[in-house]
Amino acid sequence: MSTDVKIPQQLSVTQHAAPQGVKLPIYMDNHATTPMDPRVLEEMLPYFMEKFGNAASRNHSFGWAGEEGVETARERIAKLIGATTKEIIFTSGATESDNLAIKGVAEMYREKGNHIITAVTEHKAVLDTCKRLEKYGYRVTYLPVQKDGLVNLEDLKRAMDDKTILVTIMAANNEIGVVQPLAEIGKMCRERGIIFHTDATQAVGKIPIDVNKQFIDLMSISGHKMYGPKGVGALYVRRKNPRVQISAIIDGGGHERGMRSGTLNVAGIVGLGKACAIASEEMSREAVQLASLRDRLRDRIMSRLDETYINGTMEHRLPGNLNISFAYVEGESLLMGINDIAVSSGSACTSATLEPSYVLKALGTGDDLAHSSIRFGIGRFNTAAEVDYVADRVIETVERLRELSPLYEMAKEGINLADVKWAGDAH
Amino acid sequence: MSYSDKVIDHYNNPRNVGSMDKSSADVGTGLVGAPECGDVMKLQIKVNRETNVIEEAKFKTFGCGSAIASSSLATEWVKGKTVDEALTIKNMDIVKELSLPPVKIHCSVLAEDAIRAAIGDWKKKQEATKPVAVEAR
Repeated sequence: MSTDVKIPQQLSVTQHAAPQGVKLPIYMDNHATTPMDPRVLEEMLPYFMEKFGNAASRNHSFGWAGEEGVETARERIAKLIGATTKEIIFTSGATESDNLAIKGVAEMYREKGNHIITAVTEHKAVLDTCKRLEKYGYRVTYLPVQKDGLVNLEDLKRAMDDKTILVTIMAANNEIGVVQPLAEIGKMCRERGIIFHTDATQAVGKIPIDVNKQFIDLMSISGHKMYGPKGVGALYVRRKNPRVQISAIIDGGGHERGMRSGTLNVAGIVGLGKACAIASEEMSREAVQLASLRDRLRDRIMSRLDETYINGTMEHRLPGNLNISFAYVEGESLLMGINDIAVSSGSACTSATLEPSYVLKALGTGDDLAHSSIRFGIGRFNTAAEVDYVADRVIETVERLRELSPLYEMAKEGINLADVKWAGDAH
Repeated sequence: MSYSDKVIDHYNNPRNVGSMDKSSADVGTGLVGAPECGDVMKLQIKVNRETNVIEEAKFKTFGCGSAIASSSLATEWVKGKTVDEALTIKNMDIVKELSLPPVKIHCSVLAEDAIRAAIGDWKKKQEATKPVAVEAR
């Protein structure tokens, strides 16, 4: 570095000391995964050493202890979602649950029809499963979403035909937290005898879910998004009114009523059960707390930065989710500037395809603003002091990067960026 | 993904940030990339008419840390070089200096494009002003 380089104050990074009561780095990416609740870990620990038995060993106390743990977990999960214990099938996680639900229905109901309806903003575990089925002769309708992120029920109705066997629409989106009208969708499916699956990975334990009130036939659940362990999940499979059947995708010892073979991950299942029990007790209080922290973050950021845009509706949204685009600032560079805070970006720069978030694009967000988006996922262990620190760091970094941004400069000069003919596009 | 120390240094302390009067005859401006692609670089040079030496360089970049670092480095490198020397800077030199991973090579390509565009703009201005200067005598 030559000696004549002068760095203006606002363009260089200052070192930050953590304010009182804030420990750095801060984790605010709770849609990616959540830390485990210590109460969950405590419940799991005996199942590694003392109660290590195979839950399928019916002839000795080691097996019975494992089975007891599993059945308690089944009860706890069932209670959280208004199901019965026989309707809970344990899996390795929500991706497997999605695969099992969709492929399982496709195979089981092949004679009835070959049409599946889903939405463009679904998780890849659903989209890519549907894409695979298209190769095997299934027809898939990918519904668009509205600007607010919600599926249009009229579109859904129009897409249904006499060959439709399955509708799979997520409960809450992993990027923008938008909560779909499950009860309405479920009712439309029930009236037409179509099976309704929902990927509720982000929703279970965060917002009230009732499989009967919402007419849900199949539902994917994950442990690690709700303060439980990774590597465990469940699939709810309705047993009556109507009885839903699925073909297995993993064959073997016939565990889980033949729907999912493989020795049960007892400790993980116990953890998932405990996470559900905690959610049953604390969810309503926690949702209020998270929404208040989320609104605090939004208000603090948006009162001090202009040209920031919330992606997706605020009205039907997970309490802990905030997804904001900061115009004229590229998301990955923003993440780099707030490197003592763990959040995510819809920017493409880290992805191999260089394509920004397909979810944001589906809302009609321009590519430029999709590149500028940050997802904040506030969780059980975040505090108001952390929220304030995160807001201040974001504000300061956005301001710094805008000073560095030719787009911001042009916009300030009154140039309409949409009218500019961009040259030298390297992609 | 982690960044090299040099990328972090340029990101934290970008060199030669700013703008020069793009209407000035001595200033060449290059604006490359597109907002939809997540990268836009503006690189400006101020050239000494007598010596063709780039006396000043400024940049502003919308893009990831590697894009910011590539353009910051580009301004450092072109400064003090003649226009012809600056044209010999290749994107792979930037890749090497900043230890950019393969997925970030396009950032260096854009920086090379920015240098070329700025010089191209300056050259165009020189050609446009020459005949006028002759006629004025």
